[in-house]
Amino acid sequence: MTAAADVPSPAAASPPRSAFGAAFDKGFEILCFAAATFLLAALGGIVVSLAIGGWPAFQAFGLNFFVSAEWDPVQEIYGAAGAVTGTLVTAALALLFALPLSFGIAIFLVELCPPVLRRPIGTAVELLAGIPSIVYGMWGLFVFAPWFAKYIQMPIMMSAQPGSLWEKITAGVPNGAGILSASIILAIMILPFIAATLRELLLSIPAQVRESAYGLGSTTFEVVRKVSIPYVRTGAIGAVMLGLGRALGETMAVTFIIGNSHGFPTSIFASGSTIASTIANEFAEATEQLHSASLIALGLVLFVITFAVLALARLLIGRQANL
Amino acid sequence: MYRKLIVGLAACLALSACGQKTEGKGGSTAPAGAQISGAGATFPAPLYAKWAEVQKADTGVALNYQAIGSGGGIKQIKAKTVAFGASDKPLKPDELAAEGLAQFPTVIGGVVPIVNLPGLQPSQLKLTGPVLADIFLGKVTKWNDPAIIALNAGVKLPNLPITVVHRADGSGTSFLFTSYLTAVAPQWASVGASDAVKWPTGQGGKGNDGVSGYVKQTPGAIGYVEYAFAKQNGLPHASLQNAAGQFVDPTADAFAAAASGADWSATPGFYLLLINQPGAGAWPITGATFILMHKQQADPATGKAVLGFFDRAYATGDAAASELAYVPLPATLKAQVRASWSAIVGPDGKPVYAPAAQ
Amino acid sequence: MSTAGAPRLSRRIGEGAFLTFCWVATGIAILALAAILWSLLSQGIAGLDLDIFTKSTPAPGSEGGLLNAILGSLMMCVVAMVGAVFIGVLAGTWLSEYARDSHYGKVVRFLNDVLLSAPSILVGLFVYTILVAPLKGFSGLAGSVALALLAAPVITRTTEDVLRLQPVALREASVALGAPVWRTILAVIWKSAQGGMLTGALLAFARISGETAPLLFTALNNQFLSLDMTKPTANLPVVIFNFALSAYDDWRRLAWAGALLIAATVLTVTVVARILAREPRRS
Repeated sequence: MTAAADVPSPAAASPPRSAFGAAFDKGFEILCFAAATFLLAALGGIVVSLAIGGWPAFQAFGLNFFVSAEWDPVQEIYGAAGAVTGTLVTAALALLFALPLSFGIAIFLVELCPPVLRRPIGTAVELLAGIPSIVYGMWGLFVFAPWFAKYIQMPIMMSAQPGSLWEKITAGVPNGAGILSASIILAIMILPFIAATLRELLLSIPAQVRESAYGLGSTTFEVVRKVSIPYVRTGAIGAVMLGLGRALGETMAVTFIIGNSHGFPTSIFASGSTIASTIANEFAEATEQLHSASLIALGLVLFVITFAVLALARLLIGRQANL
Repeated sequence: MYRKLIVGLAACLALSACGQKTEGKGGSTAPAGAQISGAGATFPAPLYAKWAEVQKADTGVALNYQAIGSGGGIKQIKAKTVAFGASDKPLKPDELAAEGLAQFPTVIGGVVPIVNLPGLQPSQLKLTGPVLADIFLGKVTKWNDPAIIALNAGVKLPNLPITVVHRADGSGTSFLFTSYLTAVAPQWASVGASDAVKWPTGQGGKGNDGVSGYVKQTPGAIGYVEYAFAKQNGLPHASLQNAAGQFVDPTADAFAAAASGADWSATPGFYLLLINQPGAGAWPITGATFILMHKQQADPATGKAVLGFFDRAYATGDAAASELAYVPLPATLKAQVRASWSAIVGPDGKPVYAPAAQ
Repeated sequence: MSTAGAPRLSRRIGEGAFLTFCWVATGIAILALAAILWSLLSQGIAGLDLDIFTKSTPAPGSEGGLLNAILGSLMMCVVAMVGAVFIGVLAGTWLSEYARDSHYGKVVRFLNDVLLSAPSILVGLFVYTILVAPLKGFSGLAGSVALALLAAPVITRTTEDVLRLQPVALREASVALGAPVWRTILAVIWKSAQGGMLTGALLAFARISGETAPLLFTALNNQFLSLDMTKPTANLPVVIFNFALSAYDDWRRLAWAGALLIAATVLTVTVVARILAREPRRS
């Protein structure tokens, strides 16, 4: 810790300046408070403007908007269930892939990596976050999807027994576009967010704590499992939130590769849609008032989902932490 | 530390910005006085960009057109955030009247079905509207279906499932395509015509590029894209039977034939779709793209600049249009459009722009 | 853990599997990056010449570059980051130092996570509703506001996380020396946490540098060079989006070159910032 050397010189603590400092203390607290409240106000503003914009859709369809997967712009019948399912499935799969990988990467960077490579590899992982999402979309469509179709999707589909459940789960158009490919691309996109935060957290563990565990003869695995993970667990929630948040709301990359069909996805290779991809696809061209209102209402639903998912995650992890 | 970072960042950026700015001044891209903003349909954006680039050099007027979609164009002109809107889907006369808008076409294009059929010559496949509708309805699911064989005597069609690819995003291209299917195939009525519909089957690609990407990667796939996109990328298309019973290929002449047969004077606001037009050479899925402006211009100078821009484009821009695979308007139609501009007036009630006699 | 000496077999297997997994995980990430960068390089390098920096976006078939988009993106990102760092660092500090367990603090912390997940297109629509529509015009400033709203929650989140990890002893030591709380925060806590805060800011910058959706309805785009941020402003993401999906080869080349440029910028900023910060790395 270098900070001890940076503590203000004793002069700063002399009575007159201290009095001024104390007066400024309140001011600084208010400034910080105002910044936090500003964020709250921004969120409030977004939600209110969505609620106003989406109101005609809720009025027209009522509860049906949430349970129906019908999406028919010509007949003007809209239901959110298909897009909601797609959003939850892709985000959950993406997190399932990305979380263990991120942990592996963070631990690799902190515990295993040769010091010379630590910085380049760390930067490389961060760079994954800097690639524009449209590039992920184009790369996903033109490079990843054909590869995925040829080496993963086709073999799996061929291996399925006709009529088996496995065949149903793996049915789809063999061009690599669908729910699973979208989830994998999403996982790559959220990975750097989770890994970079986890790495900072692991670095913050006082060296003595880990070293004493090693000194007792623990293996790296045991140190990570019994010392590091418990130490950073609370902070790790934040890392997961960052990733999950990005996965739920990611638009452009998903739109390119999910295959974009409305209704419930029927298999892991099937086309689907997410809330964000539906909005991105249709908002610009939606001229009928009910159509754009339904899209805005979808946006509000996404906020509610995010709210619910985050609340649930917090509850689960919070409970664990208390054990 | 943060201050250091920000100062450092800002310094870097400012430095590079200055460096670039001075370089930029040497080029032809220095900003000039008049800036006009327009937004809307994606389809004509490359051409408007071309016209704007040429006219910026000639007259100094910087007309900035941005592709945000036809729906966006209609919304933005209603909200008056832009000087003009653009749409592939014309507004009906009563809608125009309700919003106080004027509407006129600028250029013609169309939609082309593209296919991925291994073993077939490009553009060897013939289709009719009803068969195309059955394919997109999911009723015809194999390429060796009797309905397709009947149209393609002598062509060896593979026993391959048909994968339908459509636009996922709302688009004027889908609007034209579904309008065509509605016009020629009664069974399509269950789906209807719009810029986004409930597709009975198939996968959705984002944009022309997304559709052509899926079609290229999937043997047995059929999709549809803009003519300009198909032509620039040399995508294998299917020929279609037109209203005269002829099978035609999508060429500039076929689009021009569709436009020349139409009677534009009969419809206020030029509300006309060029779907399934008569004429032996006419391509059946043809459509114009439109400009939307408020009839009451708060700032006559802006209105004048916009109309002056399109007047000049009509007069000098046909070659650029053809080069980018668009079809220019027939001369008679241009004259009708110019005459209609007298309805666009300033606060004083006088027309904001008087086109020079051609 | 009490058994000292040579680890038992099961422990060794567990250890081996775990270490392999960490190596493989990192390998996957590097491989993904390499594959994407390879696509970017092989497609983008062809369009990357001096014209990119000296000419504005062309019409199809004309010569041109990305000058207007590069400048517009720089202006908007800088303005957005200044605002977002200001709001985000202060808000994160408030959550960590003043409101750790207060109810209002919990609400703000939770809702910040929600804001973090807001799809960028909705943030764009919100800014359109409050700025663009009432003022009757698209503008680069509106684009900056939208980007700032996307970046601020990221910075708030990471700032709070790293500040919380600073030992209480540090605060106590400073306060015991008579420093007021604000000095303690500015000179001790922030200083000690700078590495993590920098990472947060970089993540935020990385997030906004490639955002298309929020700019489409706020900054719009501009075919020509314009330094007036009260007018529609050109930017790289929207240009890439428009050009990448177009029918014309020269536009697509520019799109890939632009994408390469954004990725390179993020890399450069990351490296430069790390050097500027010159933090003593803990190991």
